[in-house]
Amino acid sequence: MSTSSLNRSGFGSPVPLLAVLASGLVGIALALVFFVAPEDADQGLSQKIFYFHVPIALTAYACFGWGAFKALLLLWRKEERYDLESYVAVHQGTIFGALTLATGSIWAKASWGHWWLWSENQLVLFLVLFLFYSAYFMLRFSIEEGPRRANISAVYALFGIALVPVSFLAIRLAENVIHPTVFTREGPQMTGTMFFTFCVAWVAISALAYALYRLELLGKRLDSNLRELREALSS
Amino acid sequence: MSGGEKYLAAAYTVIFVTLLVYVAIIAAKLSRLERETAELAGLAQERRPDRG
Repeated sequence: MSTSSLNRSGFGSPVPLLAVLASGLVGIALALVFFVAPEDADQGLSQKIFYFHVPIALTAYACFGWGAFKALLLLWRKEERYDLESYVAVHQGTIFGALTLATGSIWAKASWGHWWLWSENQLVLFLVLFLFYSAYFMLRFSIEEGPRRANISAVYALFGIALVPVSFLAIRLAENVIHPTVFTREGPQMTGTMFFTFCVAWVAISALAYALYRLELLGKRLDSNLRELREALSS
Repeated sequence: MSGGEKYLAAAYTVIFVTLLVYVAIIAAKLSRLERETAELAGLAQERRPDRG
């Protein structure tokens, strides 16, 4: 274990500060959502799901993107740490993806009267993206730990990134528009207060995702270091 | 509670519970790591007299 590895594991970790920052921002976002942002004229109170549903979806995309970026770095630089960073990012993306589907379904039921519509490309494409990255874990844990597993996982994570723009653009390109498109070429279709609330919620969810990412990464690195230490002490 | 309020409450509850469960899982893992660290510290302590 090198010193730099230990430093990445826990010494001088920014995780507590990130957690406090993320908690504070989420608190502020919730206050804005429930006490400041006006009620939507068409959808009423249920529209407020938007303030967390959309940032969670965007964060899921970002996590998959980050996982693919780390996967690319692994294949390029061959440094072991990128494997763990890619895995944790994909894991985070899957969790946020599941949250997107859950909150989206609830909002869909409230707005359209249906939990799910197979005719909506936007919904189906996001589900495909989510299932693709869920399968990442099945692939990864079917291979024994080592460089081969890291490389195959990295290639898979990189392939998946092609689905992200397809899923994102489907919301804009679909002709049968039931899923709302709030951000158009004319700008955000909402009041200034709503847009401000959305931006704060987006920053809050991003901060939360990053804090959870660093926390999980810390745990996994500690686990790895402890295993090495156990092997060294057992020999 | 109106229909809209129920769905709003359900959505935010799902977010809160999911994140809480996730953090709880990480906390449980860190507790296990803490126990393992103590075990390994004990193992290292036992080995010290051998070197002396």
